[in-house]
Amino acid sequence: MNRLNQLFASKKDNLLSIYYTAGYPALNTTVAIAEALEKAGADFLEIGFPYSDPVADGPTIQHSSEQALINGMTLNQLFEELTELRKRVTIPILLMGYFNPIVQYGIERFCKKAGELGVDGVIVPDLPMYEYEELYSSYFIDNNLSNIFLVTPQTSPERIRKIDELSNSFIYLLSSSSITGGSLQLTANIEDYYKRIKGMELKNPAIIGFGISDNATFTKACQYANGAIVGSKFVKLLSEEGYMEKIPGFIKSIKQ
Amino acid sequence: MKYGVNDHGYYGDFGGAYIPEMLYPNVEELRQQYLTIINDEGFKAEFNDLLKNYVGRPSPLYHAKRYSEKYGANIFFKREDLNHTGSHKINNAIGQILLAKRLGKKRIIAETGAGQHGVATATVCALMGIECVVYMGEIDMARQAPNVSRMKMLGATVRPASSGSKTLKDATNEALRDWIANPVDTHYIIGSVVGPYPYPDMVARFQSIISEETKKQLVEHTGKELPEYVLACVGGGSNAMGMFYHFLDDEQVKLVAIEAAGKGVDSGHSAATTFLGHEGVLHGSRTILMQTPDGQVVEPYSISAGLDYPGIGPQHAHLYKINRAQYVSVTDDEAMQAGLLCSQMEGIIPAIESSHALAQLEKMKFKSSDNVVICLSGRGDKDLDTFIKYFNY
Repeated sequence: MNRLNQLFASKKDNLLSIYYTAGYPALNTTVAIAEALEKAGADFLEIGFPYSDPVADGPTIQHSSEQALINGMTLNQLFEELTELRKRVTIPILLMGYFNPIVQYGIERFCKKAGELGVDGVIVPDLPMYEYEELYSSYFIDNNLSNIFLVTPQTSPERIRKIDELSNSFIYLLSSSSITGGSLQLTANIEDYYKRIKGMELKNPAIIGFGISDNATFTKACQYANGAIVGSKFVKLLSEEGYMEKIPGFIKSIKQ
Repeated sequence: MKYGVNDHGYYGDFGGAYIPEMLYPNVEELRQQYLTIINDEGFKAEFNDLLKNYVGRPSPLYHAKRYSEKYGANIFFKREDLNHTGSHKINNAIGQILLAKRLGKKRIIAETGAGQHGVATATVCALMGIECVVYMGEIDMARQAPNVSRMKMLGATVRPASSGSKTLKDATNEALRDWIANPVDTHYIIGSVVGPYPYPDMVARFQSIISEETKKQLVEHTGKELPEYVLACVGGGSNAMGMFYHFLDDEQVKLVAIEAAGKGVDSGHSAATTFLGHEGVLHGSRTILMQTPDGQVVEPYSISAGLDYPGIGPQHAHLYKINRAQYVSVTDDEAMQAGLLCSQMEGIIPAIESSHALAQLEKMKFKSSDNVVICLSGRGDKDLDTFIKYFNY
C-alpha cells in the first residue's frame, strides 16, 4: 500500500489532483508549491518533469516545459529538490513526464530514486503497455511505485480490462482524444463513454483529466469518476505575479 | 528477412511503438492492416501502375562514365532525382495514400523539413482528391519558400510549427498532436523510416522498389545482380533503407550510409547521429538520437534541410549497432564540392542531400572491377539558392 492506495481507500469521490511542471516558473519551487497545494486542499499531485518534445501537451504545458528547461530543470535537479518532500508534504505525489529522460537517467535507477524520495506513482504517456509489462514493471513494483495508464474514448474494452489488470492505484481517463489544455465538452458521446467505463466496474478508481479547468467541469467529471485533474489552468496561474498567495483561492474556486 | 522487423516492431534493440494512448488506436489499426493491404493484388497493381505511369519508374540506373574513370571503379547512379516531384519521397507518398484510401481515411497530415516530402504528399492528395495539411517548421518555411508555394499550389494547407526549435522535429510533434486530436478520419503520412512501428517497416517496403529495380538493372549493365558497394545519404534514412533493402541479406555487399557532419562532427553544428547520438526514444521509436545527458533532444545542423534530423530510423540504428552497414559522415563543404563536381562532370545537379553520398567517393579506395551504386535521392533544383550563395555565382 502506498499513499495513493490509502487515499483511494479512505476517500471515494470529488478527489482533486493538480498538475504542475517542475522548474516553472523557477527552480527550487517544487516542494513549496506542493506544500501550498496540500494546505489549500488538493488531494494528490502530479509533478511534471520537462521534455524538449512533449507531443501530448498543448501550448500552456509546452511553454512551461520550455521555460523549465531554460531554467535548468533536469531529473537530477528535481530529485535534489524533492529531498525535502516528505518532511513537508504528506499527500500522494506522482511524477509525470516522457520516457526519454527516464531512459537516459536509467529506468531502474529512476524508479529506485523516486521510491526513496517518497514518490508514489509515475505517469509516462509514451511508455507502452507491452514494454512496461515485459521489461520494466518489476522496477516499479519493487519500489512501491504505481504506474498510471491513460484511457481515451477510443480505447477498446479489452484493452481497458488489460489496463485495469496492470494498474494498482487508479486509471487516468482522458476526457477526449486531445492534447492537454483543451476544454471539456460534455457531448452525448463523451457521456456514453464515461457511463460505459462506469458500467465496466473496474477494480481501480478512475480519475478524469484533460480539459478540467473550473468548478463546473470538475463537478461534471466527478459525476462519472472518483475525481479529476487540473493541469494547464494551474500552470497558467503559476505564470502570474504572486502565484503562491493565489493558490488557496484557486483550489477553493475549483472545489467550492 | 534476417534484418527485418519482429512481431513487436523491433529490429534488435530498436523500434517499438512508444506512443501515448491517444495514438494507440490509429497505430494499432495500421499495424493490424498494413501487411494485408499492401500484399493485396489489387493494391500492388494500383501501386505499380502509378509508379510506372505517374512517377515515371523504373528510374534509370545510370553508368556514370566520367565518375567511373575518376574514381577507378564502375560508378552507377540510381536516378531517384528523375522521379515526379524530384526525389524518392514520392514512392512512399503513393504507397501511403493508397493505404489511407483503403483504410477509409478522409484527411491526410504530414510533416516536412526541406519540403520534399510535403510536396510529394500534397501531390498524391491532389491526385486522389483528399484534404491535405502539411506541418512545417517556421524556420524551414522561410528557408524553403518555393516548396511552400508548391504545396499551396497543389491545394495543401501548410501550417507553421512554431514550438520548440521550429524545424523538422517540431513539425513532426505538431503532426502527432493533430493526429491525437483527429483520431478517426485522419491518416498521418510519415515521410521517413522513423516513427512508431509499423511506420519504419511500411516506409521501407514502399521505398524498397529502389533496390528491387537496381538488382535487375545491374544484371543488364554488369551481368551480376550484386554490386560491391551501395552508398546512400541518411537523415531519417528512407532513401538509404530503400537502396539497401534488397541487398541486406547479401552479406558480401558493403552498405555505406552517409550522415551530415555539418560544420564538422565536433563543431557543435552537426547532424551526424551515429557519431553524436545515444540510444533513447524519439517520435515513437527506440533508436539512436542526438540528446543532452538529461535526455533532451538536441537540435541538429546541416546545410541540407533533408538531413537535418536528430535521429535515424530504428532499422538504421540496428544495422549500425551490428555493423551490417557502415555509417560515415561528410561535411557541408565536402558535400557542396561534390554537388558542383557532379554538375560539371556528369551534367546532373544533385540535391545537397544526395551530394553527401557523392562526397563519400573521395574517401574510398576501389578496385577497378568494383561496381558501386549511389542513390541519387533527389535533384538539386530546390537547392539552387544555397548552391549559388555558397559558390558566389
